[in-house]
Amino acid sequence: MDPIIILQAGVASGTVLLFATVGEIFAERAGVLNLGLEGMMLIGAMSAFSTAVSTGNPWLGLLVGMLAAGLLSQVHAVISIQFQADQVVSGLALTFLGTGLSLVFGEGLSKAGAVSLLPAFSILGLVSIPVLGPILFQNQSVMVYLGYLTIPLAWYYINRTRPGMHLRAVGEFPAAADALGINVARLRYLYVFIGGLFAGLSGATISLAVSPGWFSALTTSGQGWIAIGLVIFAQWDPLRAALGSYTFGALRRLILDIQGPSMLLGLRNPFYFNPYLGFFLQMLPYAFTIIVLVIGSREAMRKRLGAPAALGLPYIRGARGL
Amino acid sequence: MNDIAQPRRKFSLQGKFRLEPRMEQPGWLSALISLGAVALALVLGGIVLLMVGGSPLRAYAFMLKAAFGNIGVFSDTLTKATPLILVSLAAVIAFRMRLWNIGAEGQFFAGAFGASAVVLTPILPADTSPWIMIPTMMLAGALAGGLWGFIPGFLKAHFNVNEIISSLMMNYIAVAWNNFFIFAIWSEGGFQMSPQFPKSAWLPRLADYSAQIPALRGLTTHLGLVFGILAAVVIWWILYRSKWGYEIRLIGDNPKAARYAGINIVRNTILVMMVSGALAGLGGMAEISGVVHRLQGAISPGYGFTGIIIAWLAKLNPLLVIPISVLFGGLILAGREIQPSGISMLIQGIILVCLIASDFLLRYRVRFIARLEEV
Repeated sequence: MDPIIILQAGVASGTVLLFATVGEIFAERAGVLNLGLEGMMLIGAMSAFSTAVSTGNPWLGLLVGMLAAGLLSQVHAVISIQFQADQVVSGLALTFLGTGLSLVFGEGLSKAGAVSLLPAFSILGLVSIPVLGPILFQNQSVMVYLGYLTIPLAWYYINRTRPGMHLRAVGEFPAAADALGINVARLRYLYVFIGGLFAGLSGATISLAVSPGWFSALTTSGQGWIAIGLVIFAQWDPLRAALGSYTFGALRRLILDIQGPSMLLGLRNPFYFNPYLGFFLQMLPYAFTIIVLVIGSREAMRKRLGAPAALGLPYIRGARGL
Repeated sequence: MNDIAQPRRKFSLQGKFRLEPRMEQPGWLSALISLGAVALALVLGGIVLLMVGGSPLRAYAFMLKAAFGNIGVFSDTLTKATPLILVSLAAVIAFRMRLWNIGAEGQFFAGAFGASAVVLTPILPADTSPWIMIPTMMLAGALAGGLWGFIPGFLKAHFNVNEIISSLMMNYIAVAWNNFFIFAIWSEGGFQMSPQFPKSAWLPRLADYSAQIPALRGLTTHLGLVFGILAAVVIWWILYRSKWGYEIRLIGDNPKAARYAGINIVRNTILVMMVSGALAGLGGMAEISGVVHRLQGAISPGYGFTGIIIAWLAKLNPLLVIPISVLFGGLILAGREIQPSGISMLIQGIILVCLIASDFLLRYRVRFIARLEEV
């Protein structure tokens, strides 16, 4: 149980959560709560893997996975933006729809066998940094590096650019944004779509890089929901999202590895001698999500931080309220 | 004279669609739109079936026959509808307060665990009279489910923790918890299931009376269905005839007004989540005591999630939940027998999407404003 290896694999596994969380941050910052993350990730993972199997090209798979999830996200966009329906129920419906579609179209895909994956490589200059080098830059998938780039770019875009300001305006005070000539509906469609693309990226990262293959609904095993919890913990900030995602990734990996050695910190390892205790380890990511939510919600109450003010509310020009 | 002199004029129909909010929403319209949404969903599901190389008409005809074709399969459909009624009621009471308990699946598993614990720990010996055994199991199932609902309810009420995510996370925890007991504690001969319960822990089925009434032979419908129907009536009475139900509905419709009226939102949040969890837990108890007769892993094809769709299709009306649960019970029963296996989940998803989208037509009238224009 080498801590370097656990952290290294944790960063890779956290990349999945990172993409999903950042995508959801974009949608929620625009005021649209999309609970369909799990369904979009499944569609992304399934169509990416399926394309890679049939064409042999993982990059094409990545693209198709992203587009498929982006397309699915537009179902939610139409229902919640155009039809002004309840976003909670619509998001749930999207999860059902995405799960159902991916199970039907992914039938038999789990027996597809070997497929060429997205490349993994080390970054020569950086890998020699002590401790951090091997964790972050040694033989990681290209998606992990893409994740590193995503964090500062997403932060900069949201907080320091003009379109980013429009994005925040639409989520905080759509009536004012509308009065300034910003097309609220169009921007919301756009950011729900971007959220979908990220969800597809996240799904493809699972099926073509981190834990390759298609295992029906177990492919994501609730990571979409964990990501929605992380958005709240992250206070809608990509930097904190990265912190949360990588921590969760490392935790997932630790849970897998802790059952390996017979001795742990000089003591008999109970998880080695009674493998059934592993079921309690399996609960940890989900229990931690709840704990993280408690921390995030308390902090938000104390600092009077909060969700984007118009989150979950349809915008109807001329109607009262936000 | 003038008229004749003029050349013949040509007109074309021009116009545009306009949306107008409806002032009133008649009941028949709501039912009609829901039916239309389900019909559209079946068409869309059929298109997907075509895409994966199936024959939609044959598949639907097969499903209809497999679920409602004769008294035997209809009895199986009712058996599937039993847990659905209870988990749908769990969704109804919580959603009516706009409390998004989507953890009914986990509460169902917790209920199954609680009821099993009575038999397997054992809290009551195997030769206990069913008159004591069954009520004890019901109580234990409802308590375990209620506890599973209490956690997200408490966190919501006191820490403002989003109940959607916390109740969903509790689902995964419940499954792992049950698995620990199935694999490690109550495993029978290394298999991933508990030993079979003694007969005293079985809910009576129709088939049990086939000695007296031969027509009942092989019918699987069990007493749990009666629990479900009674629960629906009780929840209807609570919601629409009691003061507590009025509070629940007021919080759901207008939390601010409810607060000004002095209604205790914190207490109601916890209480409603617990009642919701207890209903789902009772569903879990009914399923293992009436059908499975042991604790094992695969006791639910996602009943908790189907319950959400049923609750929505029933417009949160507890009594409407019963017939709709029977239809969905048929869908789940027949869906097990057709390939690909995700098809019943897919149809459920499409139904919910169409249903939510169609609500729009209930709130708005689409008007075609025509005018004739000369060309």
